[in-house]
Amino acid sequence: MIEAPAPLPAQAAVVPRGAALRRGLRANPLMALGAVLSLLIVVVALFAPLLAPYPADAGSATHPFAVLQAPSSLHWFGTDNVGRDILSRVIFGTRVSPVVAVFVLVIACVIGIPLGVIAGYFGGWLDEVIMRVTDIFLAFPPLLLALALAAVLPPSLTSLVIAIAVTWWPWYVRLIRGQAASVAGRPYVESCRALGIPAHRILLRHVLPNSVTPLIVQVSLDFGGVILTVSALSFLGLGAQDPTPDWGLMVAEGQNYFTTAWWVVTFPGLAILVTAFAFTLLGDGLRDLLDPKRTFLR
Amino acid sequence: MIVYVVRRVATAILVVAGVVVLTFVIARVVPGDPAATWAGPHASAAQIAAARRFLGLDRPPAVQLASYVGGILTGNWGVAIHTHRPVLSDIGQAAPASIELVTAAMIIGLAVALPLGLISARWPGRASDHTIRAGSILGVSMPIFWLALILQLVLSDRLHLLPVAGEFSPGLLFTHPLTQVTGFGVIDAPLTGNWPMFGSILGHLLLPALVVAAYPAGLLTRMIRAQVLDTIGDTHVQMIRALGFRERTVYGRFAMKLAWNPVVATLALVFGYSLVNTFLVEAIFDWPGLGQYATASIQTLDTPAILGVTLFIALVYVAANLVVDIVQAAIDPRIRLR
Repeated sequence: MIEAPAPLPAQAAVVPRGAALRRGLRANPLMALGAVLSLLIVVVALFAPLLAPYPADAGSATHPFAVLQAPSSLHWFGTDNVGRDILSRVIFGTRVSPVVAVFVLVIACVIGIPLGVIAGYFGGWLDEVIMRVTDIFLAFPPLLLALALAAVLPPSLTSLVIAIAVTWWPWYVRLIRGQAASVAGRPYVESCRALGIPAHRILLRHVLPNSVTPLIVQVSLDFGGVILTVSALSFLGLGAQDPTPDWGLMVAEGQNYFTTAWWVVTFPGLAILVTAFAFTLLGDGLRDLLDPKRTFLR
Repeated sequence: MIVYVVRRVATAILVVAGVVVLTFVIARVVPGDPAATWAGPHASAAQIAAARRFLGLDRPPAVQLASYVGGILTGNWGVAIHTHRPVLSDIGQAAPASIELVTAAMIIGLAVALPLGLISARWPGRASDHTIRAGSILGVSMPIFWLALILQLVLSDRLHLLPVAGEFSPGLLFTHPLTQVTGFGVIDAPLTGNWPMFGSILGHLLLPALVVAAYPAGLLTRMIRAQVLDTIGDTHVQMIRALGFRERTVYGRFAMKLAWNPVVATLALVFGYSLVNTFLVEAIFDWPGLGQYATASIQTLDTPAILGVTLFIALVYVAANLVVDIVQAAIDPRIRLR
């Protein structure tokens, strides 16, 4: 019996990075959309004071004679229950939950990477201890643990960062550990050891750089998820407090006026959706480009 | 197989022990004074001290941990501050409604994800594929508390297509009262032949279930697409194709069969996520489940109740993962060797 030829891998040839990126973008218009939207959000965050029509409304300004006005040429997204311009608050909102998300992911990486590399490289009882502790944290659905922590901490953005970071790092330990363990067994690492290079140097110069790619992909994929978590906790009143123009909080505050003033809830929520959507599209595309074999369970 | 099950159960017990300790640690981290919360805002110092003794907060942490663990094992999960009732019985009363909601959402999610994932995988790169992928990412990026409010406004408040909130029409309490058998309304109503009530419950369940289904639908569509694309190139699937089976059958029956395993593994995870997601929508729909209980507990800083719900969901989640692992090992012997 003649064996069928194995299907050719899609991109066997080595192509320069730029060309691969361009080709990837053409093959994946969704990633291009995600990239454009993400860039737009970053630009809006950087230039918020210039873009917002009423920058003072992002804070505690009140306009008693302009409450709950429907969208108009003066207030494109309408005004809220104390008369603040919702467009301005949505624009300044790009500086709240996305920034919280950056902090959360940085902290999660700072905790997760060293633990993961150590567990994967050294193995043995150290690995056992680190991974069992990780398992305990992973026994909670992420939003649940963050919620329990945020509920017992005083409500603030700092508490929010702590609560979410505490739930996020174990995923990165697990991810990096798997990579580090496979790298640790490769011949070049073994030869490093044979040469008498100290462990910390092997870890930093050889193991870490070779295990970090999937983490980069995961972090970019997680950005949208963290923003959703931040918004959810703020919606429950566990995060940002009133004058802060946080999207989740704005949805919660608008709830009471929603049946008569649809715009107070609609636009901040839309901002959450667009932001999470944009970064997830981007992360998804990046994964396809850099790491096509990995599955996504998060 | 038995060795695998025993090992898997042992790790699950270890994890559960860790989970219990972790919830205790979180309870101790609380910066406010639980005794003061318990005694109320106008309590005197003596009353607070009495509350502290009553709650056992004056004892050393190790003793507190021991009595906490002992309490959890014997079914004494503490007393909820805002209802002044045992936490475990509160949870027992609220859990069925949430499990109903999440199960309905999972069924909707799977019913949407199966055809969409298969269509997406069958013609990858086409407009239909891009649309479905964008839709599935939209599903997992959805702030569901916002979706809940929007759908409630549009479908219930403006178009009057679905009931706004509640578990059933309150009028039925007088004409067709629900007899409790299992505690699950969707089971009890047909079981006792209470059809008007059954219809009312289903009608009220639909909107919250649709909202909670956003995440499962999005995630499962992505998973099914990826898994089917992954297996479609395998030689044995090519073989099926070479034997002349129709493309429909190749995808729907043979490629999908291989994709089921990881999809089932994801179901436990999605169930856990969705159970927590009910926290965000039950209050909006006045659905009398764990989510509404949890949000009420959060608003009243009711630490025992919050930790009770947290612990309960973590236990459900660990158990669901355990069941899925064992089922998978039973189906696929390779897993047992890992």
